[in-house]
Amino acid sequence: MSTSEAIVKPSAVATSPTFARRFSISRAKEQLIRLSLLCCALISILTTVGIIFVLITESIFAIPPAKAFFQEVSVREFFTETRWTPQFAEQHFGVLPLLTATFLITGIAALFGLPIGLASAVYLSEYASPRVRGFIKPILEVLAGIPTVVYGYFALVFVTPWLLRPIFRDFLGFDVSIFNAASAGIVVGIMIIPMVSSLSEDALRAVPRGLREAGYALGSTKLDVSTKVVVPAAFSGIIASYLLAISRAIGETMIVVIAAGQSPNLTLNPFRSVETMTTFIVNVSLGDTPAGTTVYKSLYAVALTLFCITLMMNILSQWVLSRFREVYE
Amino acid sequence: MSSTAKSFQETLAARHRKGWWFEWLCLGSTLFGIAVLVVLLSGIVWQAFGWLDWQFLSSYDSRFPEKAGILAALWGSVWLILLTALISIPIGVGAALYLEEYAKANWLTRIIQVNLSNLAGVPSIVYGILGLTAFVRMFGLIRVPPAIVVISLGFTTVEIPLPGLPFDRTVMSGALTLSLLILPVVIVASQEALRAIPSSLRDASYALGATEWQTIRHQVLPAALPGILTGVILALSRAIGETAPLVMIGALTYLAFTPGGIEGPGDILADPQSLVRAPFDSFTALPLQIFNWVSRPEPAYQHVAAAGILVLLVLLLTMNATAIFIRHRFRSRTRW
Repeated sequence: MSTSEAIVKPSAVATSPTFARRFSISRAKEQLIRLSLLCCALISILTTVGIIFVLITESIFAIPPAKAFFQEVSVREFFTETRWTPQFAEQHFGVLPLLTATFLITGIAALFGLPIGLASAVYLSEYASPRVRGFIKPILEVLAGIPTVVYGYFALVFVTPWLLRPIFRDFLGFDVSIFNAASAGIVVGIMIIPMVSSLSEDALRAVPRGLREAGYALGSTKLDVSTKVVVPAAFSGIIASYLLAISRAIGETMIVVIAAGQSPNLTLNPFRSVETMTTFIVNVSLGDTPAGTTVYKSLYAVALTLFCITLMMNILSQWVLSRFREVYE
Repeated sequence: MSSTAKSFQETLAARHRKGWWFEWLCLGSTLFGIAVLVVLLSGIVWQAFGWLDWQFLSSYDSRFPEKAGILAALWGSVWLILLTALISIPIGVGAALYLEEYAKANWLTRIIQVNLSNLAGVPSIVYGILGLTAFVRMFGLIRVPPAIVVISLGFTTVEIPLPGLPFDRTVMSGALTLSLLILPVVIVASQEALRAIPSSLRDASYALGATEWQTIRHQVLPAALPGILTGVILALSRAIGETAPLVMIGALTYLAFTPGGIEGPGDILADPQSLVRAPFDSFTALPLQIFNWVSRPEPAYQHVAAAGILVLLVLLLTMNATAIFIRHRFRSRTRW
């Protein structure tokens, strides 16, 4: 600080007053730019504050004349009632059918997507030659970039009539409805494969070579090194990618809206039509529900539940990464 | 002794066999993703075959599947992406510049950074609810009727239509919502691009007496531009396929006009003011229109939907290819 003053000041005085003025103007300009860039960065904070504000004012506390959802329906009813019938004359607001449907579909997706994603990550990181990797990675990126509405179409038009119905209805004799949780779950699973694969692969590749070579030096085969050395060493990264993928599956909207149907059944039967939290939110906004009614506000209560669940998964994933990370140096 | 050697050979062979199976299992899982992509694409092409023609591209939606077209949705998506880019690029790059070039390692920076990674995990439908409440309805608090400002230039007058508040179900509401949605992606991608610029470049600029902003403006930004552009295009291609937030803000699915009435460059020349009107017009978008067609019970609309999906995928692949092209074109030029 003192050295820069010592250099700048005498020359500014000695040469001309315009230099000093120009210098202070440019200083002010620098500050202005810095401030406006800070504002850009603060917009992301504002977004979070906005989301929380919007969800809470409609569901927990409202601005006085209006009433929030939980001031009309008790929290107890919301979480213990087993019927979700907001559009009927006899209204029941029990979120359990929606929660069950969401977790049923997420469960099917996880069962399907997580192992395949991890196996493909192991292949890309441990087995594939650079050429094969360079060929497969862009294809997985394309798969990750396909809009979910397209996946929804795929589930409804291809998976149910061409895969599920021939196997489970015609061959095994289950009653498979056109809209069902299984097709949505399978396709959500397909959707999360690229995400699990790419995040887990990053974790696997971060395991230092030395560990693998130590494994080989002890006479291990590639299978032993992969499953007993590399995967355990990258475990925190793999779990974090699993949690992120599950959180993504829980918040997935268009696939389930198109393929899983709209009947809020409390069921674990994957071949029946169910309504998830996201489907309900979409259905309310597609209909002509006037703002201010309890049904309209229930949208915010469901969204708040969804937001809390996904936020917890994300935080958990970050915690796993930082808490259980193996640091090699 | 020989018996143990033999059993060792046997176990080794068994272990190798197991390893071989494991490799094929992993390869199969990898190929599964590719197989799904092939089935999905060829299935859609098969469904859309015969439906994707000039008539489809140049007409509006219809109650008759043979007459249904995608014109309104196509222009709606174009406007949506243009506005989203105009809003999210300056803010996203600005935020990344602040975080990488200016911010000190203090609590505020840490909060912004943690917040960014959490925002990236918020489901898109929640952004839709934010957009519905904050932009479409403006919390039901603000109400300003639209107005027209007339500026007299002596020889002619220019009329500038000012939009009313709240924005209602217009392109602007959609673009603002999508901008918030992709902002975390744009910021993180730009941060990575900026981080890849060696600090020696900055030091050289400072040594020549440049200020912080001059250094950023003339050295850091141009060098990081390819990386930033790649990230931005990928983020925009995510925005173009987003359906849930647009369903939430209530964009229409049946429309017989394009935003501002613009159906081609000729319309802009004939009526330049339509450019100002378009952002505040009601709209529909490609993914929404596809969703609408998929939900219709008549089987023929499945083919119409497939044709729409094909248009959307072509648009997406073009954007992705542009991003990949930029990445390759400029990577070879880098000199450090």
